[in-house]
Amino acid sequence: MAGNLIEFKDVSFRYSEQDPWVLKNVTFTIKEDEWVAIIGHNGSGKSTIAKLINGLLFPQEGEILIGGKKVTEDSIWDIRKDVGMVFQNPDNQFVGATVQDDVAFGMENRGITREVMVERIQSTLEAVGMSDYQFTEPHRLSGGQKQRVAIAGVLAISPRVLILDEATAMLDPNGRKEIMQTVSQLQSKQGLALITITHDLQEVVQANRVIVMNKGEVWKESVPREIFTEKEELRKIGLDVPFVTTLADALKDIGVSISKEPLNHEELLEELWTLHLRT
Amino acid sequence: MDITFENVSYTYQRNTPFEHKALEDLSFHIKSGSFVAIVGHTGSGKSTLISHLNGLSIPTDGKVKVGKYLLTHDEKPGDLKELRSKVGVVFQYPEHQLFEETIEKDIGFGPENFGVSESEIKERTHEALSAVGLSETLLDRSPFDLSGGQMRRVAIAGVLAIKPDILVLDEPTAGLDPRGQKEIMDMFYRLHQEQSLTTVLVTHSMEDALKYADHVIILNKGKKYLEGTPEDVFVQKDALKQVQLDVPEIVQFIASFNHKFNTSIPFSNQSTEQLAKQIKQALIGDELE
Repeated sequence: MAGNLIEFKDVSFRYSEQDPWVLKNVTFTIKEDEWVAIIGHNGSGKSTIAKLINGLLFPQEGEILIGGKKVTEDSIWDIRKDVGMVFQNPDNQFVGATVQDDVAFGMENRGITREVMVERIQSTLEAVGMSDYQFTEPHRLSGGQKQRVAIAGVLAISPRVLILDEATAMLDPNGRKEIMQTVSQLQSKQGLALITITHDLQEVVQANRVIVMNKGEVWKESVPREIFTEKEELRKIGLDVPFVTTLADALKDIGVSISKEPLNHEELLEELWTLHLRT
Repeated sequence: MDITFENVSYTYQRNTPFEHKALEDLSFHIKSGSFVAIVGHTGSGKSTLISHLNGLSIPTDGKVKVGKYLLTHDEKPGDLKELRSKVGVVFQYPEHQLFEETIEKDIGFGPENFGVSESEIKERTHEALSAVGLSETLLDRSPFDLSGGQMRRVAIAGVLAIKPDILVLDEPTAGLDPRGQKEIMDMFYRLHQEQSLTTVLVTHSMEDALKYADHVIILNKGKKYLEGTPEDVFVQKDALKQVQLDVPEIVQFIASFNHKFNTSIPFSNQSTEQLAKQIKQALIGDELE
C-alpha cells in the first residue's frame, strides 16, 4: 500500500491575530500516488492549503508533514524539491525570456545537468503540446499557452506532488482536457501525487478522492460519486454538480428509477439501457 | 449600436520577422440589441477582435463600423474618445485594474475622464453600484479590502458608469466559483435586457453561450468558422470538433442517447427537466410498441 505523502494534522491558519481564521482544524492525508481534488467556494481556504504545503505560509496551530518531514523554515528548501506548483495567473509565474528558458529555470535552480535539461525541455513541452514554441517569447503567447509552459516547467523538476491551483481556469475546454490527460498520465505512470484545486467538475469526477472545503473547514471528504449525491447541500455552499447527476435527478423526479449515481454520460446511458431492457 | 466587420484583417508587427496575422478577412454583422457570443480556441483571434470594437486596434485591412464610427487603416478616426464612451469593455480579470483609494473614486474614474459632471457622476456611481448588487455603505472603503468576487463587481460598476451602449465582456467569469459565475452572468443578462445593450461575450464556455446568447460566432485561426443561432451552431458536433471545440454537454448527451436508443429527440435548447420528460417518453413509447 502506498504511504502518506502529505499529512495535515489539526491545522489552523490566519494572516494576523485580528483576522478571522482562514483554516480551522483542518486534518487530512494524501497518499503518494493519489489524485485528490480540493473544491470549495472562493475564500473557502483551498489556495491557503496549497501555500501551506510548500511553506509559502506557516500555520499558527497544528502541523504539516510532507514525506514524513515537518514543514518549517528550515525544511522548506528540501520540501520545495518535492512540491511542484502551478498557479492560476500565468503572467505571475513566467520568468524566462523564451519558452525554453522558462522551462529550464526550475531545473537551473536545482543544478540539473545540461544534457538532462535539453531532454526534459523537449519531453515536457511535447507533453503539454508546446513543442512548436520552444524559442517563442512569452509576450507572444496567449494566457493558456503560458500556462502550459508553466506546467512543463514544473514537470521538468520531477516533483513527488504536483499541485494545480486553478491552473486550467483560463484554458479553453480542449486545452483543459489535454492538460488534464497529460497530468493524469504522468500521475499514474510516475507514481506522482496530484492535487487539483478547481471549480471544473470534469476535473473533480476524474479524481480518486475529493475534499470539499467550506468556510475554512473540511466539509466532506469522499470519492466523487459519494460527494455528488448531496446535490442540494453542495449548491447551498456555492458549488455546482455535473450535468448528468442533475439529469439523473430530474429523471428520478418523474418516476424513472436510477439506482446508481452516474458520474458520466456512459454510466447514465447504461442505467437507462438496463431499464429499457427490463420494460 | 450595430457592429459591422467588412473583410477585416489585422496583422501584429507587420513587415517584421515576427509578423503574425491575428484576423483574416473577417466579416460579420451584429444587430443593435443582440447578445452575441464569440467562441474560439485559444489564439483564434477573439481578443484581437474585441480590441477593434473601441478602437484599441485599427484594422490593417478592411472596415470596422461601430454605430456611426468608422475604423479603417487609412482614416484615423477623430472621435475615438467618443466611441470609447459608448463601448464599455470588461477585460479579463478586471479587478486587476482597480487602483483608486476608494470604491467611489474608482467607479467615477471613467465618467470623469469623459467629462461627465460631478453631480451626474455621483448619480451614476449609485446606479452602477446597485446594478452590480453592492451596498452603498462600501463607497468610502478601499476596493482592495474586498473579496475577489466583490472587487470584480466594483470593476464592472466602473464600466457601467460610463453608460455604454455596447458592453464587451472578455471571459468575465474566469476564476469565480460556480455560484459567483452564475450570479455575474445573470447580472449581465439582466443589464442587457433592462438597458437594451448590445452585448458581446467572449467565452470558452459553450454552456454560457447556449444559455445567454442569441447569436454565436465561432472563430478559428483568425477567420470566421461558423455563425448562427446557438441551436443551429451547437449541433454541428463534427465541425466544432475540427477546431477543438466541444458541443455543450446537453447536446452531447442527446446525441449519445439518440444513437444508443435509435430515437430522434431534437435539441431545442430545452431544460434538463424537459429533456428528462422526453427521455421517459422515449423509453415508454418504446414499451408500447
